[in-house]
Amino acid sequence: MVDPLISNLMSTRDIMMTIKMKKGSPHIDKIFKYVAIGAATYVLAIIAMIVFNLVTGSAQVWQQEGISFLTGSDWNSVEGRESYGAFPYIMGTIVNAGIAMLIAVPLSFGIAMFLSELSPKIMRTPLAMIVELLAAVPSVVYGLWGLLVFRTYIQDWIETPLHNLFGDQSIIFAGTPFGLDILTASVVLAIMIIPTIASISKEIMLAVPNSQREAAYMLGATKWEAFRLAVLPYSKSGLIGATILGLGRAVGETMAVTMLIGNATGAAAIPTSLFQPGQTMASIMANEFAEASSGGLHLAALVGIGLILFVMAFAINVVAHLLVAKVVKSHEGAVLA
Amino acid sequence: MITPEQRAEFRKHFRYNVGRRLVLDKIVKCIVFICVIVAIVPLISILVNVFSNGAAALTWNFLTQVPGAVGSDDPGGIGPAIQGTLVLIGLSSLIGVPIGVMGGIFLSEYGNNRFGRTVRFFNDVLAEFPTIVIGVFAFVLIVLTVGNFSVWAGSFALSIVMLPIIMRTTEESLKLVPVTYREAGYALGIRRYRVVFTIVLSSARSGLVTGILLAVARIAGETAPLVFTILGSSQFISDLNGPVDALPLRIWRLSSLPYDSAVTQGWGAAFILIIMVLSINIGVRYIFLRNKEKTFIKFKKLGAVS
Repeated sequence: MVDPLISNLMSTRDIMMTIKMKKGSPHIDKIFKYVAIGAATYVLAIIAMIVFNLVTGSAQVWQQEGISFLTGSDWNSVEGRESYGAFPYIMGTIVNAGIAMLIAVPLSFGIAMFLSELSPKIMRTPLAMIVELLAAVPSVVYGLWGLLVFRTYIQDWIETPLHNLFGDQSIIFAGTPFGLDILTASVVLAIMIIPTIASISKEIMLAVPNSQREAAYMLGATKWEAFRLAVLPYSKSGLIGATILGLGRAVGETMAVTMLIGNATGAAAIPTSLFQPGQTMASIMANEFAEASSGGLHLAALVGIGLILFVMAFAINVVAHLLVAKVVKSHEGAVLA
Repeated sequence: MITPEQRAEFRKHFRYNVGRRLVLDKIVKCIVFICVIVAIVPLISILVNVFSNGAAALTWNFLTQVPGAVGSDDPGGIGPAIQGTLVLIGLSSLIGVPIGVMGGIFLSEYGNNRFGRTVRFFNDVLAEFPTIVIGVFAFVLIVLTVGNFSVWAGSFALSIVMLPIIMRTTEESLKLVPVTYREAGYALGIRRYRVVFTIVLSSARSGLVTGILLAVARIAGETAPLVFTILGSSQFISDLNGPVDALPLRIWRLSSLPYDSAVTQGWGAAFILIIMVLSINIGVRYIFLRNKEKTFIKFKKLGAVS
């Protein structure tokens, strides 16, 4: 008679054997792993292909213009007199994103501070959700709203009074306010990047251990002092990362800016006044693409601008991710390798 | 040695200081509260305008007809744009979702090494790329090579936009599945691929679906990659190798026309687009708020949800 315990063991082994036998050849695990690796490699391949295609697509303009593609400000697509310089658009992107950052960063930090430090628990989730919904609104809807609604407000309430006050003495407020200019584009751009910076900053501030705040309170600090002395130093590098991430979005934002910036070309697009139509790298690509799509030097020039924008955005994002990753790390989870 | 006089002086100083500090605290609180209000006002203004102006444009013909001739009395509808957006979302999901999910599986199950970290890093960087650059890339790679604008080129560009989002959210949801589940599977002698597919993926189902839905909401509103790849059209799709219309693209084209009817149509198209995007976003949040899932909070920390 077989011991019941042993027969039990036998049957378990049988079960295990049958499961193992049913699951096909042992190679299938390897195949699965290689498919997964392939999918991951696809991402790297895409980035490599983006670089390759942008370089080959714009080779013509680099040969023709050389370094003056970066420094020149002529922009002429008439055949026979073709000349391309991206300098005004590089400046336009920097100025546009810069003004947007000036508006967005303080506001975002304020929102993040409210959500992480001051807000009552009940309000925190709905408010955070509203801020995040701002980020979900498509760029083209911001553009439409800016064009048809916001433009009249900013023209009547901000630009005209500023122009009347300082207009002729100053450079930055020179020019008749028309509503479709660098200022409008920058303000709408600021509204668009606030949710990005605010929600990341909030997470970074919430990641500061409560003991830090409690220590400050114990010493008699007010809420603001606890924030300034305990939370800010702790989350500094993360906040800088969030800001740079917002800058990355601002630099690459296309549709809303295209619809609002007024679309100047050539030397006229070098930004001097807030009330002057400008042009960014992204917006000139979207604007002139229809005329250039047949090919030739014009197309190469637009792809070349794409390459400059790519390099800029890539550098910004690498820095931002290095800074943010330091602070917000995911510790939990099961990684089997 | 502090004399009583000095002590009195300090006390006076602190008392004076406490008042000032409390006032400063109040001022900062007010400023911060104003920041929140300032951020919410544009959202309200956008929603009010889109809903009030857009609802006026909604008719059955508007939703189903092809656009009329520019400037004519009969403005027609945005039928091709709605159809085009749905087809583009479907096709780009066909490309983006399998690769994204497999990539996420790699990062979570096999990605604890140098290669995994590299992929994760570049994936995060790709997620923040200017989408117009991706559009130019798809244009040079597909449109220039093949010779015409096509649905495929647009879907390819959009799949690159959604890929990093799906990959990251998949990875994070899979990581939330406890190791013990996997070990239980291995103990039964189940092969690894089956453990991943039957145990891990089904435990992480809700997170996976959320990631995919958020990626869909994101690409539904993308305009910049489409400008370079699908060109726009005023007809319904007859050929996947031909140009096609999409809602965001149609809004952009309409906004540049100087006719009142075009403006009304633009609001109408924006209304439909925003309903699509916001309903996905709010729906996903509502479900997660009710289930109190950790996944979503994690997605937010990554900035994947925005």
